[in-house]
Amino acid sequence: MGSNQADAGYLAAQAQVRTIPVGLTARKIRERLIEFAMFLCALSSVAITVGIVWVLLFESWQFFSHVSIINFLTDTEWTVLFENPRYGILPLVTGTVVTSTVALLVALPLGTVIAIYLSEYAANPVKEILKPILELLSAVPTVVFGYFALLFVTPALQSLLPELPGFNMLSAGIVIGIMIIPYVSSLSEDAMKAVPVTIREGSYAMGATRFQTAVRVLIPSAFSGIASAYVLGFSRAVGETMVVAIAAGQQPHLTLNPMEGAATITAYIVQVSMGDLPHGSIAYQSIFAAGLTLMCMTLLFNIGGYLLRKKFREIY
Amino acid sequence: MVTREIQAKVAANKRFDGIFAVIGLVATFVGMITLAALIFDLLTDGGGRLTYTFFTAFPSRFAAQAGILSAWIGTCLIMFVTAVTAVPMGVAAGVYLEEYARKNWVTALIEINIANLAGVPSIVYGLMALGLFVYQLKLGQSILTAGLTLALLILPIVIVATREAIRAVPSTMREAAYALGATKWQTTRDHVLPYSMGGILTGVIIALSRAIGETAPLITIGALTFIAFLPDSPIKAEFPFISFEWLMSPFTVMPIQMFNWVSRPQQEFHLNAAATGLVLMVMTLLMNGVAIYFRYRFRKWIKW
Repeated sequence: MGSNQADAGYLAAQAQVRTIPVGLTARKIRERLIEFAMFLCALSSVAITVGIVWVLLFESWQFFSHVSIINFLTDTEWTVLFENPRYGILPLVTGTVVTSTVALLVALPLGTVIAIYLSEYAANPVKEILKPILELLSAVPTVVFGYFALLFVTPALQSLLPELPGFNMLSAGIVIGIMIIPYVSSLSEDAMKAVPVTIREGSYAMGATRFQTAVRVLIPSAFSGIASAYVLGFSRAVGETMVVAIAAGQQPHLTLNPMEGAATITAYIVQVSMGDLPHGSIAYQSIFAAGLTLMCMTLLFNIGGYLLRKKFREIY
Repeated sequence: MVTREIQAKVAANKRFDGIFAVIGLVATFVGMITLAALIFDLLTDGGGRLTYTFFTAFPSRFAAQAGILSAWIGTCLIMFVTAVTAVPMGVAAGVYLEEYARKNWVTALIEINIANLAGVPSIVYGLMALGLFVYQLKLGQSILTAGLTLALLILPIVIVATREAIRAVPSTMREAAYALGATKWQTTRDHVLPYSMGGILTGVIIALSRAIGETAPLITIGALTFIAFLPDSPIKAEFPFISFEWLMSPFTVMPIQMFNWVSRPQQEFHLNAAATGLVLMVMTLLMNGVAIYFRYRFRKWIKW
């Protein structure tokens, strides 16, 4: 009896199920359409990259049909806007390298120490206050940092080093370094926090202090994440524009001395864009060649970081 | 003897540990002192220039009469275009990657790409916009181009923030919705998105605060530094009451106005630059403050 009733109920339910339409209903079509629209939005980020690469390559291609690549890479003067233009990217590259090196010399040690301090030493309430304030550093508009470098840091440095010129790469580099501290410190801290507690406890059990644990256990274990933080810091420093355009001077100058002023790749692009350049002229194309060089520098460094990370990767 | 040596070593290690705590605190304070010095410097230089006329005057050859009217209106209009483009696209992309995307090579490509875009210098976005928007698509050196450029620039930030916010929603919420027969989109629209709104909003505010201070990409696409007129008004007296003429107008923004003033040799223009910097700082710090507050509140409110 009971089983018969259950059978009847089952059959009725099955009949019900059959009446629910199968296949493409309006509801399903709508679902698919929404999914597809969102997929296109996600794909647009790839389109940005394609757009960047295409524009840089296309305009640089035209530039290099006028200027030989060997000339571009070996000539020591960059005088595109002059009467007898010379197209050697080296002075701009050295300017970029010097300012970024100064910036990294400031940001990497400070950022790493801050990361160790915040992840291993600071009590939670202290951290809760310090971290957001520190992150404000990366929120300040870069043009404001440029003003600060030119009209505050440079005069301050000049009282220590009287022969320092008004436009110099030193103060620009220092300010960029302070600006990118939050990028280095917060990514490094995340990486250190991700190291399993057991590893930390093992170190403490051996009698190590917090400092010894941080330097000998945490940093090697979190190396992969810390390296990404350093690479991002480098990318920021190399691509930084307004601080160098304002404080480091806009004169291309082949030198490795941070006490002098020199244009960087980014400062050159800004300088040219401020003027009114005819579309299609060589000077117009030269900013794309400069941009391509900038991208290649960051790309090289990213690949280097990737190889380094792969070699020292720790997997738990 | 040996015990004493060990004790001495332990004591030395502990002492150094204590010293490092101080070094760490000092290092943290380097950043904060810089921030404080920066604000103090701007205040002493530019504080006196912040009068009512500074906001209602056009730039001028005379430093004392110059103002930032065209600059702050340009900033507002461009931020509007940026927000209207980047927020829906970024949130949709984030939702897709978190809720819909299958694990295949297309998804992997998109994810790697978003991670890499974070490292692309902002001026490169400007070059791309110059080649693509200004000359290929013939949008000109307009507010529309500027807004779209900054939208592309902050798109990765919005996507990443959306994904993080959505990931924090427990899967039990989704399963409850599915169990009641909701479709994927219904679940997303009625449950996942509302619950993650706090995180998304925080990310959007931070992204927009970054866009406000961006200078280099806008210089690259050809912003003007001296604009003594306002874009066409978006609201009209006669039918159809709304006009999009302003989208094609040339523009300047506050950071560019500041750059222009700081690049001049005269001291008086530096004071104007400081005052503009102060306005910019107040705007970005305010936005970041609101974002931090949101993050804090939503973390406290929501208990799954």
